[in-house]
Amino acid sequence: MKQMLSYLSGYKKESVVAPLFKMLEATFDLLVPLVMADIVNVGIAAGDTRYILLRCGLLLVLAAVGLACSLTAQYFSAKAAVGYSTALRHALFQHIQQLGFSEMDTLGTSTLITRMTSDVNQVQSGLNLFLRLFLRSPFVVLGAMVMAFTVNVRAALIFVVAIPLLSVVVFGVMVVTRPLYRTVQTRLDRVLGLTRENLTGVRVVRAFGKEASEVDRFEDANALLTRLQLHVGHLSALMNPLTYVIVNLAIVALLYVGAVQIDLGGMESGDVIALVNYMTQILVELVKLANLIVQVSKALACAGRVQAVLNTRPGMQFPEKRTRQTPDDRARDAVRFDRVSLTYAGAGAPSLQNISFTAKRGQTIGVIGGTGSGKSSLVNLIPRFYDATEGCVEIFGLPADAYPRQELRGSVGIVMQKAQLFSGTIRSNLLWARRDASDSDLWAALETAQAAEFVRSKPLGLDEPVEQGGRNLSGGQKQRLTIARALVGRPKILILDDSASALDFATDAALRKALAALPGDMTVFIVSQRAASLQHADQILVLDDGHLVGVGAHAQLLERCPVYREIYESQFRKGGAQ
Amino acid sequence: MAASAKKKSPLTAAQSRATLRRVLRHIRPYSFFVVCSLAVAAGSVAAQLYVPILCGDAIDLMFGPGNVDLPGVLGIVRSILLVTALAALAQWVLSVCNNRIAFSVSQDLRNAALRKIQRLPLSYLDSHPSGDIVSRMIADVDTFADGLLMGFTQLFSGVLTIFGTLLFMLRENIPITLVVVCITPLSFVVASFIAKRSYRYFQSQSAVRGQQTALVNEMIEGQKVVQAFGYEDESLGAFDEVNDRLQDVSLKAIFFSSLTNPATRFVNNLVYAGVGVVGAIYTVAGRLTIGQLSIFLSYANQYTKPFNEISGVVTELQNALACAARLFELLDAEDQVPEAENAAVLQPDGRVSLEDVAFRYLPGRPLIEHFSLDVKPGQRIAIVGPTGCGKTTLINLLMRFYDVNSGRIAVAGQDIREVTRSSLRGSYGMVLQDTWLRTGTVRENIAYGKPDATDEEIIEAAKAAHAHSFIRRLPEGYDTVITEDGGNISQGQKQLLCIARVMLCLPPMLILDEATSSIDTRTEIRIQAAFARMMQGRTSFIVAHRLSTIREADVILVMKDGHIIEQGSHDQLLAQNGFYARLYNSQFEGADGPAE
Repeated sequence: MKQMLSYLSGYKKESVVAPLFKMLEATFDLLVPLVMADIVNVGIAAGDTRYILLRCGLLLVLAAVGLACSLTAQYFSAKAAVGYSTALRHALFQHIQQLGFSEMDTLGTSTLITRMTSDVNQVQSGLNLFLRLFLRSPFVVLGAMVMAFTVNVRAALIFVVAIPLLSVVVFGVMVVTRPLYRTVQTRLDRVLGLTRENLTGVRVVRAFGKEASEVDRFEDANALLTRLQLHVGHLSALMNPLTYVIVNLAIVALLYVGAVQIDLGGMESGDVIALVNYMTQILVELVKLANLIVQVSKALACAGRVQAVLNTRPGMQFPEKRTRQTPDDRARDAVRFDRVSLTYAGAGAPSLQNISFTAKRGQTIGVIGGTGSGKSSLVNLIPRFYDATEGCVEIFGLPADAYPRQELRGSVGIVMQKAQLFSGTIRSNLLWARRDASDSDLWAALETAQAAEFVRSKPLGLDEPVEQGGRNLSGGQKQRLTIARALVGRPKILILDDSASALDFATDAALRKALAALPGDMTVFIVSQRAASLQHADQILVLDDGHLVGVGAHAQLLERCPVYREIYESQFRKGGAQ
Repeated sequence: MAASAKKKSPLTAAQSRATLRRVLRHIRPYSFFVVCSLAVAAGSVAAQLYVPILCGDAIDLMFGPGNVDLPGVLGIVRSILLVTALAALAQWVLSVCNNRIAFSVSQDLRNAALRKIQRLPLSYLDSHPSGDIVSRMIADVDTFADGLLMGFTQLFSGVLTIFGTLLFMLRENIPITLVVVCITPLSFVVASFIAKRSYRYFQSQSAVRGQQTALVNEMIEGQKVVQAFGYEDESLGAFDEVNDRLQDVSLKAIFFSSLTNPATRFVNNLVYAGVGVVGAIYTVAGRLTIGQLSIFLSYANQYTKPFNEISGVVTELQNALACAARLFELLDAEDQVPEAENAAVLQPDGRVSLEDVAFRYLPGRPLIEHFSLDVKPGQRIAIVGPTGCGKTTLINLLMRFYDVNSGRIAVAGQDIREVTRSSLRGSYGMVLQDTWLRTGTVRENIAYGKPDATDEEIIEAAKAAHAHSFIRRLPEGYDTVITEDGGNISQGQKQLLCIARVMLCLPPMLILDEATSSIDTRTEIRIQAAFARMMQGRTSFIVAHRLSTIREADVILVMKDGHIIEQGSHDQLLAQNGFYARLYNSQFEGADGPAE
């Protein structure tokens, strides 16, 4: 929690001033019954109207000063809470961006989004409430008791008994119900999950004619939820009546003690009124306090979840500066894998095992293999999205972990399987790879990526808006734009991770032709399931179940590698076009 | 109340009334609890108001030293204890009843909504974002339940308290009552003034929040790309810009809304002082006892509370009604065409025929027109064509997810609109492009269409779909729970599970939509072999981009813009040298020497 609190450091003044002013307000509130007691005991007893009016004037002054204090407190606490959550969100977002791929895989995007939004909001309201009430409510409770002592010690003893009793009830109910509320939330999540499932899977549900059983499943989960909601509801419903009973018992005791004391001349009737008044104030504040604790504990739970994200340390560290220089004998190597294995966090079996190969600068490397054979895992190691669990991945002669993040990622352009674009324009998306690219750079990249034609056909060309996730573009268009985006960065190594799957064969071929025609010695990795796309690669890596079962050019592999032959023949068996 | 920030577009008065009537209809099954709730609320309020009076009476028995009617005080003390016990009991019963009403009604509404989802036509579900429907069923129902609960708990007792207090006060002293009645509305005015101001700020707050969520969504979902391009600083910059704006509006919204309590407390203090001064003067004049003054003082302390509560409750109730209205909108959506009364159970024989079928998703945008096709038992129909040509639409029609606009589709000679949906759909085994799995174990997912399948059958199906070997390698094997988004297995593996799911049921006809698009060609070959076995004697419809998949089809339909432009076997179509031939040959262009 310490780290969580550090985001409040910019608002130290506010977080001190707010509760103090709240306390000040409470002090004025506590004086009111005493003033009233004076009115009864002195003013009424003596029939002194002037005294009564003066005292009432005092009451008005107290009310006005109380209001001023309270407004000040509200302002500062709102400022602190909002400022805090702003700082927290900033830190959280920044932190999430630092997380590596494995951490992201473990946490999941939807969780992170909830943490960023609703959890932080809860923390904000919890903090706001906390700043306003954490001093005020206990202060009023204890202050009322102290005031009672100034009125009459015997009567005040009733407070000494009543306050702990009230606290036990208020906090006891809370302690019992809190974990239950958490379970309610889990059950609600389940109901939500089932709802979503029924919507996304509606075709399958109907194809299998499972409508009725889905309804049953949902109703069971829903009934479970309702049952628990009722159970918790009944328990929390105990709080009000129980506290009411205790307070009234205390009032009854006050009346009795008051009666006896008045009889003995130790008290006046105005005092009894004041004491009863204090007792009711205590109840109001205790309820507020309980509510505060519920809210704060909810907020703490949220804060804990936020904290958990903040505690997730990025699994990999990047050096600030490149630590070593490339050895001369490796100058022509672009990528070298030396007995590399990769086991994902939490996975039972390695996804890559003992992979070794060397890609020279300027070469085109094909990667082919079955589903789950490790093709994507292999290329993901090159920009160091994951670290090899064994062996060494070398980029331009140096281990991948010797490069600062920006340098490594800047030299490796990767186009992923899932074409991801961001809201903005086509131009803003392309500029991701290099902020200062000129329009002609962009067009050149679009030409190579076979995207120039469709971009030109858009009414606004490069400025054509892109909706969130690129919803307004077709799959093929998105893929070509992501390829163009990578090219804009002029990477030294370009990786196309099955990123031409939505392109038709002709476009795919044209793309490869254009890539080959690019000047410079860019090393290109093409991951594909189409043997035709890889045939002309300098080297083809054939993966099978995480093992490298063949390396070589097409003709060699066709001769030597049965897995490759099988793949090739499956696609060309009856291909009359040969 | 921060809750007002969530307020949806307000309803018109007429809408509110209609929604309220409907809500009442849903509450009717619980009328016993409603009656009970109202009765105990009245009892509880009366008892709670009576206690201060008893206290005042007791104080009046304490005249001064040596002049206290102790037995009298004791008698009153006993009454207070009795009344307190009654009030406490009533309070608890009230809560229990209200919980029961609110939670049961929301349970009913959720169930009704889910039942409704099963009956809605696909056209509705396809055109409404599922997130929106989910939020109606979960968030809206929740807000509704909260509002209902608060309404029942506080509205009725609040009103009773106000009138009860008024009545009691009037009985005791009219001028002081007037003081209370005149000053109290001030708190109302102040509160509504603040509410209006803060509502505006809350609205802009939720707008900015929305923007921020959208941004966070996009950046976190695209984090891999963000990192790949080292775009972290820019995206943080964009985030901070929205974040700062949010700070600004949030501060205003929260500060303004938090003025309500201090302001009403101030008014409350005014009332207290007013009652104090007038009451004291009356007491001095001997027209009021000290005990009566104490009653007024405690009423004055409590009197503004129900007012404040009611204004909160009214907002909550409006909010709840708006949420209910959103849910009712879903419940009111038109059902799919009901099944014919005498709908027969389909006995498929593998014959499928489409006769002059026309279909459009949107009026005025015809998609499929004059489409006829006659499929003989056991034939394999492949559908090819560019994206958006109507391939998936055809499946929607075959499965009767959508009904044709004209013409007819017949299976085994029977119009599919004259047979039960379940028997029609049960005749097809379907593997879609979108690989949907449910939260549950691998085993449950494979046995989805046949819950009583034995383990042997399940493993057999998994083997046939080439899923067995990867399933075995999962941490818990067949008992591995697939999470909601299926994040723990790959897309290709999901597809294999979807295939296994169909393999287990083996219906007489098959529909495979891009069924193997995420599976590499090697695995695909194995699956093809399994499919080939499965397809023997089964009429099958296959949609795929991959031409090797469909080469062996009996009939290839080449679709473009909703029309079948070519139809025939692979060899026939190649010989025609038309659209299909061009499409097919383009796949080998790359092989002819690209770079040279």
